[in-house]
Amino acid sequence: MSEPGDIAAHLSSPKQRDEVLELGMWTFLSTEILLFGGLVMTYMVYHHADPVSFAEAGRQTRIVIGTINTAVLLTSSFCVAAAIQAGQAGAVRPLKGLLVVAIVLGLIFLGLKGVEYAGEYSDHLVPGVDFAQSGPHAQGIRLFFIFYFLATGLHAIHLLCGIVVLIVFLRCARQVVRRPRYLAGLRTAGLYWHFIDVVWIFLYALIYLPGRSG
Amino acid sequence: MKNYLTDDYTLRSWFFTTDHKRIAILYFASLILLFFIGGAAATMIRIELATPRADLVSSDTYNRLFTMHGIIMVWFFLIPSIPNTIGNFIVPLMIGARDLAFPRLNLASWYLFMLGAAITLLAIFMGGVDTGWTLYTPFSTLYSNSYVAVAAAGIFVAGFSSILTGLNFIVTIHKLRAPGLTWYRLPLFIWSLYATSVILVLATPVLAITLVLLAAERIFGIGVFDPRIGGDPLLFQHLFWFYSHPAVYIMILPGMGVVNELITCYSRKKIFGYKFVAWASLAIALAGFLVWGHHMFVSGQSLTASLVFSFMSFVVAVPSAIKVFNWTATLHKGTLRFDAPMLYALGFIGLFTMGGLTGLFLACLAFDVYATDTYFVVAHFHYIMVGGMVTAYFGGLHYWWPKITGRMYPEYWARAAAILIFLGFNLTFFPQFILGAEGMPRRYHVYPPEFQVWNVLSSGGATILAVAYLMPLFYLGYSIFFGAKAPANPWGATGLEWQTPSPPPKYNFERQPVVSAPPYDYEHAPEPQNV
Repeated sequence: MSEPGDIAAHLSSPKQRDEVLELGMWTFLSTEILLFGGLVMTYMVYHHADPVSFAEAGRQTRIVIGTINTAVLLTSSFCVAAAIQAGQAGAVRPLKGLLVVAIVLGLIFLGLKGVEYAGEYSDHLVPGVDFAQSGPHAQGIRLFFIFYFLATGLHAIHLLCGIVVLIVFLRCARQVVRRPRYLAGLRTAGLYWHFIDVVWIFLYALIYLPGRSG
Repeated sequence: MKNYLTDDYTLRSWFFTTDHKRIAILYFASLILLFFIGGAAATMIRIELATPRADLVSSDTYNRLFTMHGIIMVWFFLIPSIPNTIGNFIVPLMIGARDLAFPRLNLASWYLFMLGAAITLLAIFMGGVDTGWTLYTPFSTLYSNSYVAVAAAGIFVAGFSSILTGLNFIVTIHKLRAPGLTWYRLPLFIWSLYATSVILVLATPVLAITLVLLAAERIFGIGVFDPRIGGDPLLFQHLFWFYSHPAVYIMILPGMGVVNELITCYSRKKIFGYKFVAWASLAIALAGFLVWGHHMFVSGQSLTASLVFSFMSFVVAVPSAIKVFNWTATLHKGTLRFDAPMLYALGFIGLFTMGGLTGLFLACLAFDVYATDTYFVVAHFHYIMVGGMVTAYFGGLHYWWPKITGRMYPEYWARAAAILIFLGFNLTFFPQFILGAEGMPRRYHVYPPEFQVWNVLSSGGATILAVAYLMPLFYLGYSIFFGAKAPANPWGATGLEWQTPSPPPKYNFERQPVVSAPPYDYEHAPEPQNV
């Protein structure tokens, strides 16, 4: 049962509260899709103009780290989904454990991303900071890496926000047994986390796979 | 009995309020200030253009003036104007809710707006921006020596305020309607704000990422849009107009929404063709996403693209015309009252029709090639944005003024201002159609002497317009202190917002209203009261 104060004063029922939260998050995600969409369109336009250079640039990315990171992020999404299941069953300890694993996986992703960035820096692949490529494909490679750093950077910022949100839910995980509001919030946070995951799957295909098909 | 204004008098209760009505008041105050800052720039422009020579400012200063006018008026007045002030105040009342779905997000949106405005004003006071509000590359990224990145940061931040407002409206309209208030019983103001919110949520993020790319290119010199090193400056224009053309509809749909309420109330009739008007709003919002290329007819895009964009631009005229015809049909055989809000509404219909029809001229490829970057374009969009949106804003402000403040305004002065705005507006902007047709380009402050007569007329009209815009500041300000106390429903209007006292109590309604009648049921509405 919900206790008094579990519903904001301007709402009338727990059902309305849950629906408002969920629709709010979906609307927010539609904004996010268009935010990344603008970047992806930029990529598509330049890829279309110069596919050879983009394939060349794609071969210079670190596919091993990228692939491990994809697995790491997918696993974290599984953990969040399982944490919500645990929350619905009122099991506090599994809920906390799964959230911790999801957070740690998120941090591992960011760590590996940092390693990747360091490698690109030493390869002189950072436009505007240290970019030294020669040959006919240098311009295309630079455009590719502008997209690479903006898109993965923006994604990393989103992931960081997601981690902070999960930490907040971890800290008050005990509320799950007496406040239905907690579970509604966690479900909404889960939506956001899965979204970050889906964005990464698109970025993975755009960044690591060109130039590697045979 | 306490109302939302007398509930608490501390500063804290204003700046940390989550009451949608108080947040609306915060927006009102901020927007008045920004409107007059943007208006000051317009005044300088019109004074300079009174003579063919450069007497008041240099070319460089002139560039900064019209850029400042554009940026402030578009992002810091027109886009938030009706949604964030009247919308914020009226939407929950109209649908019988106690607040917007996310009250704290609503407050956050105001703070983001103010932060964005502060950053943009900082850019202006540091020396300004000389690129025009469109920030076209490569000038903005490679050549301009002005504060482009700072202004872009301000617009970027304000964009998130827009997104949060749109999100809040969408969720509120879906989930917080009173029992019995089905979609087809909603006032059309709600439909139009819903359509506006869809654009705010889907278009603004594209502007955000475009500004990030612009700033990245300018700060790091990395050539996202630099043709010398592989980038494509046209891509910037595509991204920019993918946002900015839908944004034009953010700047007119809420005005159309207000006009629905005014026309029905002062004709004492239900709207003609409710469903057509309702869906026309969404049709404009959706089709508006597919016409951005008509800003680029002379940019070198392919002829095929231009033809498609031209056709789509004609398509947008269909739902717009449906609205105009339906308003006119609503007036037909109505019991008309020419109160001030009605004068504004009628002014809106005339000016919007002028703006809309000249928009069709510009959607024609051949004519547009001739008219691009002339005063014809300037006149066209001012008819929509100022003649349309600002007129509707004033109309809505007067209509809901008794509800917002609990006071009646002086009707005589309000009518005088409404008529003066209409006359001053036409005198300011109609000559600009002629100037444009005769070939005077926009954004120049020196011009051949034969254009002077039209420019003098325009500047003279601007003087009348300026006086007419200042008048409400005085008589509405006066009414807050000395106006007669407003009853709950002075106009005998339908709509839930009139069923609660003026001003409304903190949580809007004493008890949850239930709706069982269709909208605009003026056959059963109470008589207007003469206060």
